[in-house]
Amino acid sequence: MEFRTNQHGFSISTIGNERSVREALAKTRSALGDSGISDDLCSTVEIALAEALNNIAEHAYATTTPGPLEIAALLGPDGLEFNLRDRGNALPGLTLPEGKLPERDVPLDDLPEGGFGWFLLRNLAESLTYKRENGENCLTLVFAQK
Amino acid sequence: MDLQTTIHESINVITVNAERIDASVAIQFKDAMRAVTDDGPDHMVLDLGQVAFVDSSGLGAIVAAMKQMGKDRKLDLAALTPDVAKVFRLTRMDTVFDIHENVQQAAPRAAG
Repeated sequence: MEFRTNQHGFSISTIGNERSVREALAKTRSALGDSGISDDLCSTVEIALAEALNNIAEHAYATTTPGPLEIAALLGPDGLEFNLRDRGNALPGLTLPEGKLPERDVPLDDLPEGGFGWFLLRNLAESLTYKRENGENCLTLVFAQK
Repeated sequence: MDLQTTIHESINVITVNAERIDASVAIQFKDAMRAVTDDGPDHMVLDLGQVAFVDSSGLGAIVAAMKQMGKDRKLDLAALTPDVAKVFRLTRMDTVFDIHENVQQAAPRAAG
């Protein structure tokens, strides 16, 4: 993993697998904390980024050897912006999944064990933008500074 | 995944000795939970006091751990840290479990 700070925030270059995701999240959390971002916003960002990055490791690179994963963080006075790039498979239909909360008022055996990821992302990020360009997935997450 | 079981009268308290239950350990967690819940009392409490973070895979694995105990047995949660509580609250899965402030409250005789 390569971590670099710049005048706007920081960037991380790594590989899109689960181990690197864990490492990238830890680095992001500590970098945000060092920048004086509140604990509440730090946790919101970490929960959302965890889902976005796990999707890359588990789905974008599901059928190929995990490739590059780039995170660019822009820390502004009004908000935080994270640009995630990978070279894995595109999102189906080239659109963001709806992210409905799974039904939980069901018998024990039917309780959901997954399907929370896009719901969390849509719920926690102020905005979410997906683009496929030059063989790359580009997901942008914006969080408002409170 | 390091789980430690303490028996308090008729309740087993399972303590997760890990900082994260995430995608990279979700399957190990579920398997370890199966091993420690297979036998034992009908009422168990999962002590999450050392777990600072769960992602949706970790959340799913905790739900799976409850499901694999069967409908006649009960798995409560205790000592959720702030980020973990946030994930349960946002996904409304806090309504699926009985959640206790701490282990003492979940298993009153645990304090000794």
